[in-house]
Amino acid sequence: MSDTFFLNGKEKPFKPGQMILDAARNGGIEIPTLCYLKGAAATGACRVCCVEVKGARSLMASCSTPVTAGMEVFTETELVHRSRKMIVEFMLASGRHNCLMCEANGNCRLQDLAYYYKITKLQFPEKEISDIYPTEDENPFIVRDFSRCILCGRCVQACNELVVNRAISQGYRGAESKIVTGGDLPYHESECVFCGQCVEVCPVGALMEKKAKGLGRPWEVKKIRTTCPYCGVGCQQWLHVKDGKIVKVTAVEDAEPNKGRLCVKGRFAYDFIYSEDRLKTPLIRKKNGEFREASWDEALDLVASKFKEIIKKDGPDSIAGVSCARSINEDSYQMQKLFRAVIGTNNIDHCART
Amino acid sequence: MILMVGTNMSEAHPVASTFVKDAVLGGAQLIVVDPRRTDMVDFAQLHVPIKVGSDVAFINGVMNVLITEKLYDKKYVESCTVGFEDLKKKVMEYPPERAAEISGVSADTIREVAHRLASVKPAMLMYTLGITEHTCGVNNVMSCANLQMLLGNVGFECGGVNPLRGQNNVQGACDMGALPNVFPGYQRVDNAQAREKFMKAWNVQSLPEKPGMMMPTMMKNLTTGKVKAFYVFGENLANTEPDIHHVEQELQSAEFLVCQDIFPTETTRFAHVILPAAAWSENDGTFSSSERRVNRVRTASVPPGDAKPNWWIFKEIAKRMGHKWESNSAQEIWDNEVSVLAPSLAGIQYARLENDGIQWPAPSKDHPGTPTLHKDGKFTCGLGVLKAIDWTPPAEVPDKEYPMVLSTGRRLYHYHTRTQTGRSQGINDLLGEETADISPADAQAHGISDGEIIAVKSRRGEVKVKARVTNQVPEGLVWMAFHFREACANWLTNPVYDPVTQTAEYKACAVRINRLT
Repeated sequence: MSDTFFLNGKEKPFKPGQMILDAARNGGIEIPTLCYLKGAAATGACRVCCVEVKGARSLMASCSTPVTAGMEVFTETELVHRSRKMIVEFMLASGRHNCLMCEANGNCRLQDLAYYYKITKLQFPEKEISDIYPTEDENPFIVRDFSRCILCGRCVQACNELVVNRAISQGYRGAESKIVTGGDLPYHESECVFCGQCVEVCPVGALMEKKAKGLGRPWEVKKIRTTCPYCGVGCQQWLHVKDGKIVKVTAVEDAEPNKGRLCVKGRFAYDFIYSEDRLKTPLIRKKNGEFREASWDEALDLVASKFKEIIKKDGPDSIAGVSCARSINEDSYQMQKLFRAVIGTNNIDHCART
Repeated sequence: MILMVGTNMSEAHPVASTFVKDAVLGGAQLIVVDPRRTDMVDFAQLHVPIKVGSDVAFINGVMNVLITEKLYDKKYVESCTVGFEDLKKKVMEYPPERAAEISGVSADTIREVAHRLASVKPAMLMYTLGITEHTCGVNNVMSCANLQMLLGNVGFECGGVNPLRGQNNVQGACDMGALPNVFPGYQRVDNAQAREKFMKAWNVQSLPEKPGMMMPTMMKNLTTGKVKAFYVFGENLANTEPDIHHVEQELQSAEFLVCQDIFPTETTRFAHVILPAAAWSENDGTFSSSERRVNRVRTASVPPGDAKPNWWIFKEIAKRMGHKWESNSAQEIWDNEVSVLAPSLAGIQYARLENDGIQWPAPSKDHPGTPTLHKDGKFTCGLGVLKAIDWTPPAEVPDKEYPMVLSTGRRLYHYHTRTQTGRSQGINDLLGEETADISPADAQAHGISDGEIIAVKSRRGEVKVKARVTNQVPEGLVWMAFHFREACANWLTNPVYDPVTQTAEYKACAVRINRLT
């Protein structure tokens, strides 16, 4: 039996065990989904990816239905469209999806689908506000707005299957369903370690970076790729920059080595550079021990002349320096060059050994 | 199969730990060797809580079992390594029972570790500062290498000896020659040919051939007068080095101290000149990660006030000392100097670093980079060297006066001395103070309750700190970090060093704890 199936009437290859969604994507057909998360087991939670399969009794969730040889799949039929549209309409009624007031506006899969399926008004009555869990805004980094949660479960999967911090899961039943921590405690009282992977994968505005609130819409920010300044893993980050200021940090998906993951420091500890404490001007110590501001020329001339004086008096080996293991390669290169080629000593080291 | 030794990965390298956890979910075995019950133990088939500083004895015990029971990779050892007979002779002195006595885990556990390691190939060994921050740090590292070579695990993907590096660019600072014995690309300063090459490139008549001082020696010599001027770039030595009282005395003794930093720190207090530097994301450049991957760093915002890129500051000082340097940006420095001068980086240019970085060695422009060193057991130096290594205890062990061991490390929410994380909004809310982590048994013995302020005292100093009573810590151990100045572990730590690397023994000293009332 050959490993091919029929995708909208065209014969396409598939790999054994591959789900329809993946095989279709390889075959050039993008099927919309809200819950599919690369690297995690398919859950079929959102049903938006439904397709018609010839011979099947109902529409199938393409993310969790394996392809079989000769299977005939239709992704764009009238029935499929009507069903997807209705699923999105149900979701829109499940909470308060008011895009004007949502941080995710412009970067929201649900908004995209509502637009794509030309939904112009709510078909179903919205859930009573009293039936919606109140927003959790007590921790410093992550806002959990349950009025925007579509229970797709991507956050649960990211937490349990990707970063494996096991802090959240699906809780309660039916209309009372909620993504919960152990004991349904707020994040900061739970096992959560604030890696923010749940925020990273949230397709809507249910989980948002608190520090980024109100600082820039997706279309206003420029994304700049860089490397995290903390540990030696070398995670790749997107800096979301507006008016020359970082407003948010996210992970670069599919990048080596972090494959779309960050930790609490990489994701949330970026704003130290804007601290008022920053050194802004050269400082020279006065006789009384206090520091006074100086120009670059004065400070650099002082350093150079003092070095020259000490070299003359005590030789180059009486000067020593340590470079910075947090700064860029080029800085360390320059510093060792200064010590070796200009001062004339190998007394250059850094903190690798301590 | 993953063997983690002395690495608190989920706190110090959180993202790396997620991939280890993924591997465990995918069926890999995990063995965690650590005195503490770190978070990764939740994922391990086996936790081996060896005593602080007993690594060599433990690993020798494991190798004893591998050799005695003929479980090691004989073919690999014969074809890829030298020194087996010496190693065998030495580890025969460490039967599991003796290794057990030193390391505090049972002989059966040592046998089980050996059996498990021999059952899967390849197995990956990962370590961090739990291995290196000892007076026997070099011996600890070589023991890890011994074990992996004996098992035939070096030179394979998912194998090898993998140190996780603490700083974003500690690998790069080494690669760039910010070390007293090598030029960029590990070309030795005592090699005349290498000096010749750099003299030409840097347009100078001579270069010093005698290797320089390592950092602890530099600092010691501030008090002897041998070092007059000290240039500290981006280091907060007054908090990070062992025995703060002594360190501050050393810094105080400098005739001329230059500090180049982004913040005022406990160290800049001693400076004669402070130079304000541009920070991460305020200039372009590269970092090199633990896996030797050269990654780009890009500019997102402008430095505050008059702060300048560090490379510019060094260039300006050189100019004032009569040297004209051509390169005028990080890219020019890398493309025109670093990659030209360091053969292992010759194939890496900014143009090639637009997406994922490149892992050196990458000797030519079409070289894809080298994810795995010593491929298939073909060692860079020829044959892998097995070394006979004896266990030595930490320099300071518990006694009647100071009956407990203090070991130190990092916690998830903060980074080192908190100059950055302490100024990032929200982080202090998650972790606002230091604690001394002690076992329930020790808490009970001293009548200490969780959250109570206690005194921790060593021969160097004393701190008052909140007790955190936790099952993570075994009886007899106090565990602290150095994130907060007042209760910084380095008021207590012992300034003794590995004789080869001068790495300080942050992981072991003797202390006592007391209630305050």
